[in-house]
Amino acid sequence: MEVLERKAAITGIGQSEVGRRLGRDPLALTVDACLEAIEDAGLTRSDIDGLSTYPGAMMAGAPGFSGAGIVDVQDALRLNLNWYCGGIEFPGQLGAVINACMAVATGVANHVLCFRTVWESTAQGGGPRAGIGGAGGGSYRASGTMQWTLPYGAASAANWIALMAQRHFYEYGTTREQLAWIALNARRNAAKNPRAIYREPLSLEQYLAARIISSPFVLYDCDVPVDGSTAFVVSRREWARDLRRPPVAVEAAGCALYGRPSWDQFDDLTTMALRDAAKMMWTRTDLRPSDVDVAELYDGFSFIALCWLEALGFCGKGEGGAFIEGGSRIALDGEIPLNTQGGQLSAGRLHGFGFLHEAVVQLRGEGAERQVPGSPQVALAAAGGGPLGGCLLLTRG
Amino acid sequence: MADLPIRVLPALTPENEHFWTGGAQGALRFLRCIACRQLIHPPAPICPECLSRKLEIATVSGRGIVHTYTINHQTWFPGMITPFVIAIVELAEQPGLRLTTNLVNCPIDRVKIGMPVQVVFENRDPVWIPLFEPVP
Repeated sequence: MEVLERKAAITGIGQSEVGRRLGRDPLALTVDACLEAIEDAGLTRSDIDGLSTYPGAMMAGAPGFSGAGIVDVQDALRLNLNWYCGGIEFPGQLGAVINACMAVATGVANHVLCFRTVWESTAQGGGPRAGIGGAGGGSYRASGTMQWTLPYGAASAANWIALMAQRHFYEYGTTREQLAWIALNARRNAAKNPRAIYREPLSLEQYLAARIISSPFVLYDCDVPVDGSTAFVVSRREWARDLRRPPVAVEAAGCALYGRPSWDQFDDLTTMALRDAAKMMWTRTDLRPSDVDVAELYDGFSFIALCWLEALGFCGKGEGGAFIEGGSRIALDGEIPLNTQGGQLSAGRLHGFGFLHEAVVQLRGEGAERQVPGSPQVALAAAGGGPLGGCLLLTRG
Repeated sequence: MADLPIRVLPALTPENEHFWTGGAQGALRFLRCIACRQLIHPPAPICPECLSRKLEIATVSGRGIVHTYTINHQTWFPGMITPFVIAIVELAEQPGLRLTTNLVNCPIDRVKIGMPVQVVFENRDPVWIPLFEPVP
């Protein structure tokens, strides 16, 4: 089998200012991240001939979910593009990067700029976190897939994922005391990340006493909306060596979708679509879970990171709760350091791209106080939950 | 019914009308494949099992079990009355045929996975929302 994505490397990374209610134009954040990534790669904008983003420009959805589309960035930077692709029907947020890998591998582009911008914190103002869909009253009517959940007040992914977590608790005896460690570990790492949003210590007692959002989830199981943009340059691997920074090579990608693409009809709610994406990724490499030195796994809700740990084979199916309990295995000096920047739970909801950014930081050895010891050689970045997911296995140059 | 919660209602279409209005006759209805008897949800123009396009509207028993649930405490939009129970109910007629719904007529602390439930309808003109309650 030819693993085409192995012809790709991540050669540049960039991130804008990240924060709560920055009040800045999301396109301004986007160009900050994009120009930083291009500069980081040692390229100029005239070298960029591909552009890829998730979820693309959107007219609907939660306020601030999309900060910029393809044409916004193409025009702002006056790029000449041989290939571009933006949308939401991807295998998770990192699907935009997987697409870029394929574009350079197949030769339609040489250097693809990838970006993801959110401005949910500013767009949702000082009010409570927004649900998806209409405001509940008036003439709004739910259509498409939303008609099956919105009439029941299941207006947020918090509800949809909570339903899955509760089923996991039932089938495998997983407890809140165990799940807590996704959040506690993230906070522990965020304390060492100057750019994280929440850095003050969080105790198990505080977690257990927190306000319930949708059982079994409490406030600390839900990520924090922010404004911010993250960008990458994906290049053909043979050219990456001549660029400014040591390249991070793409070893394998996982993007499978086998079960029904549905929040409630998917066959096994305790695994979600992550199961097949992870399984596919491991068929495309000789590396094994035990070779991975650091894992950056989507935690839009805490339970999703637990699911990724199981799907990727860091522990057995249903064993995630016991695996993370106490937090030592997933600590910076543990057997599989997890979400070293603080995850989306504590470092902010950069919506998938933050995990890939941190994976590259760790493989470059630039994590400073939060750097995983021992010069990590293999990293995992995974994003998505529910009926969509994608993952990337990365190696140091 | 002073405490009836605000609901976002579904937009009726020719494809979903049988489902959202069956409650007027007390009937929970799905599309069913005439050839292989597969119940199809959400509605689709073709049987996903045998690819037959000959479908009929079928009424099911309205019985099922709670596959999973969550107790929602967050007010996602103004007018929501919290807490309330969101559940996924698996229907008796077909493994894997599930509905996201609310459990009603059941104290929140009595909800359990595996609990037998039956459909009840809440009329919100022009639709009847299928909800579920414990089997007595």
